Amino acid sequence: MSSFRFAVNVTPKPGILDPQGRAVEGSLGHLGIEGVSAVRVGRRVELTVDARDEASARTIVERLASELLSNPLIESYAVETLAAASSTVGAAGEA
Amino acid sequence: MPVRVGVVVFPGSNCDRDTIHGLAVAGAEPVELWHEQASLEGVAAVILPGGFAYGDYLRAGVIARFSPVMRSIGDFARDGGLVLGICNGFQVLAEAGLVPGALLRNRSLRFAGRDVSIVAERRDTPFTRAIDTPGPLRMPVAHGEGCYYADETTLDALERDGAVLFRYVRPDGTRAEPGDPANPNGSLRAIAGVVNAAGNVAGLMPHPERASEAILGSVDGLGILRSLVESAAERAAGTRPVGVGSR
Repeated sequence: MSSFRFAVNVTPKPGILDPQGRAVEGSLGHLGIEGVSAVRVGRRVELTVDARDEASARTIVERLASELLSNPLIESYAVETLAAASSTVGAAGEA
Repeated sequence: MPVRVGVVVFPGSNCDRDTIHGLAVAGAEPVELWHEQASLEGVAAVILPGGFAYGDYLRAGVIARFSPVMRSIGDFARDGGLVLGICNGFQVLAEAGLVPGALLRNRSLRFAGRDVSIVAERRDTPFTRAIDTPGPLRMPVAHGEGCYYADETTLDALERDGAVLFRYVRPDGTRAEPGDPANPNGSLRAIAGVVNAAGNVAGLMPHPERASEAILGSVDGLGILRSLVESAAERAAGTRPVGVGSR
């Protein structure tokens, strides 16, 4: 068994109302920033999976992402493989 | 003998006691169902009450969906059992795919806690048949994620099939236009509640149990609880098929 570290990025699907994104966008003027648009706020989940190989680890993550971490009606997700170095659980800096 | 109606208690449910009280007022014998139990104890109907099940972490309702009691309720619903989700309970049903659509963050980004007016678009369902108020029903909402969403094709199908059970309206009963404060969360087509295609599972964001006694300022919600209790009693007695199906 080896450990594999992944990130799942969940974002609202195109066309889905994203009031958080709109609120962020609305605040940009207060920072004096111009030319930023289409802000979408999502969520990122990082996790470690113990499995035989990366392919089987990824299968588990895909299931988790589609059944729990995202709602397919309103959100899409993308799975990202993280470098092994970042897989140290409770690494310094993680408060 | 009063009919037994279950009220699920998740960690974070906070309307379970009110719902139990409202059910007793409506003539039922309420039965608490703990989230870790798989047995539904032979109840004739189930209510998923409001609150913040499992802290509403990740998305409102999603973690509750995987609890032992919800697996049993899924089977119960597929067998035609009557299930009503109120507020957070509606979010749980939507996440579980037992009713169509999803509940998004309120368009205003603010928690909406106030009285609203809704109309029952159908009064021939197990959830609305005993409503005897002629006009709109007045009852509170209390939620941060109640903006009903489904894609346009699904919305058209819901309207066509009579799946839109409750809609937000102005106090005079006229339709809440987009952006109208009568629609407290920006729900598409002002949808406040829906019923599944089989007609036995429904969810709504407003709180009928908080409007079930005169001392609470409104009894308009009692008709919804009474509808469920009457339908459950008939089911228990085996005198009438459950659900009305879609039109």
